[in-house]
Amino acid sequence: MTDKKMVEALIFSKPESLTDVPTHYCPGCTHGVAHRLIAETIDEMGMRENTVGVAPVGCSVFAYNYFNMDFAEAAHGRAPAMATGFKRVNPDMNVFTYQGDGDLASIGAAEILHAAGRGEMITVIFINNAIYGMTGGQMAPTTLPGQKTTSSPLGRDIESHGFPLKMCEILSQLDGSAYIVRRSLHDPANIRKAKKAIRQAFEVQRQGLGFSMVELLSNCPTNWKMTAEDSLEWIEENMIPYFPLGDFKVHPAIAKSKKG
Amino acid sequence: MAKELLKGNVAFAEAAVRAGCEAYYGYPITPQTEALEHMAKRMPELGRVFLQAESEVAAINMVYGAACAGVRVMSSSSSPGVSLMMEGLSYIAGSEVPVVLVDIMRGGPGLGNIAPSQGDYNQIVKGGGHGDYRIITLAPATIQEIIDLTYEAFDIAEKYRAIVVILADGSIGQMMEPAELPPMQEVRKREDRAEWSLTGAKGRDPRVITSIYIDPAEEEVFNLHLVEKQKKIEANEVRFSSLLLEDAEIAIVAYGTAGRIAQSSVKQARDEGIKVGLLRPISLYPFPYDEIGKVADQVKRILVVEMSGGQMLDDVRLAVNGKVPVDFYGRMGGMVPLPDEVFEQIQELNQKANA
Repeated sequence: MTDKKMVEALIFSKPESLTDVPTHYCPGCTHGVAHRLIAETIDEMGMRENTVGVAPVGCSVFAYNYFNMDFAEAAHGRAPAMATGFKRVNPDMNVFTYQGDGDLASIGAAEILHAAGRGEMITVIFINNAIYGMTGGQMAPTTLPGQKTTSSPLGRDIESHGFPLKMCEILSQLDGSAYIVRRSLHDPANIRKAKKAIRQAFEVQRQGLGFSMVELLSNCPTNWKMTAEDSLEWIEENMIPYFPLGDFKVHPAIAKSKKG
Repeated sequence: MAKELLKGNVAFAEAAVRAGCEAYYGYPITPQTEALEHMAKRMPELGRVFLQAESEVAAINMVYGAACAGVRVMSSSSSPGVSLMMEGLSYIAGSEVPVVLVDIMRGGPGLGNIAPSQGDYNQIVKGGGHGDYRIITLAPATIQEIIDLTYEAFDIAEKYRAIVVILADGSIGQMMEPAELPPMQEVRKREDRAEWSLTGAKGRDPRVITSIYIDPAEEEVFNLHLVEKQKKIEANEVRFSSLLLEDAEIAIVAYGTAGRIAQSSVKQARDEGIKVGLLRPISLYPFPYDEIGKVADQVKRILVVEMSGGQMLDDVRLAVNGKVPVDFYGRMGGMVPLPDEVFEQIQELNQKANA
């Protein structure tokens, strides 16, 4: 009688770049997905021990509890400046910021614009969920026209509040930016594309090609007041038409390697 | 080393270079811009970092980022620019990373003007940012003193993991005097960076530098830790200079340029036979409360002279604690008192004291 040996093969595990800590994020929130994509990428590139992250103010203020690497916590909107200061004295390290839409596109608009303009060798992961999550659902600089929030209870009125800011479109115009793309986290196929983009962005930094940013369209079931499932559909039906997915700027060196 | 003729702004910038400052982030503002210009040339020459930021808000956050790396880093600015840095200073205080900042004060409030002032005393010494923290504040009166204090500021900042501000007015930034520069120190080697600094989590647990303590009980523990540190600072770092106080019946308390002007007035009054002396605080935080209290035990009256509406005045009153009358003479708006004006004040006080 032949023994049927049980063969144990590990096919899925927590990335080394994540800590084994339950997150404080709401059920169904895509922050966890974004964290995992970054962590997997850093693991794959073997950069965990040479990476410093800069956390923002907002829902992901405690990101440093979940990433298993050195981290600094910035003031609201100032992560790109803080990352700049750090990177300039550690040019051989991998430095990234993780910022939400209020942090990056509103209070930190000057810092992100000039970091991109200088071609700062940092990578920015920009979580755009069109709302202020942590403070309880107020209007963001990326809130869609007509979208109801607690500070635009009748819906964002463009006559009064103006239009959402399209950060990829803006930053890609700057000569200092080397890699500016928008992806979405609303389904598995797009999540895979998002991961590839994060890899490219870190690659741009590693090769010293310039400023890199990956915008990730994300959800907020709690403050959008819908189920997690509905929130993912809402991204597809409402956010993507206004914030089209795509590559807004890809440095030729990276574009080439992509084809190759 | 020989003395050379140096402008204040250039002198403190070069002193910082020689103290091993590895990175400078700043934004142009009169009357301190020569410091930024000096760094723009000097730092790249030495393979160090100079970066002109998009604003003082960004500059102080760049300083914050570099400080997290455990390198010697600084910025310099003037009053309105320093106002913009208050948010960053509060975060830096809350994160306990060592930072050096030079504030070359100008007339205010608002845009004010570019003439010398001491209107930032409250903003710096009392802490213009939010939360419970204190900034070690050193006030030079000469070019030599701004050199020496800036050179030492990096050691003090690192000793306490705290912010040190060199608080001087526009005249110290702009004037030239013969002074001697200190010897050059190399920048810190990577392997010598502090055990709290972010160097990449290689072979050790990750390090986090943050100012957030979401649990009030934890925040209070941290606040108490800062208070304990302040007690050490208050015990170790009080600095002042005194002149002709031994037999004085009248004492002047004045810092920086006002102190230096008062020094001339004191000599003038002594020539007239008036028993007057000067106590010039060099550290504004920690403030020389005890020393001024002792002076108050001895003199009949105290005169505070400032280039402000009376900001240090409050601290002198606390030190004197009602023992003797405290008078005040201040010029504002970028106006600098003449020695004769202060001399007249001394004469008036002398009459009151001996009436």
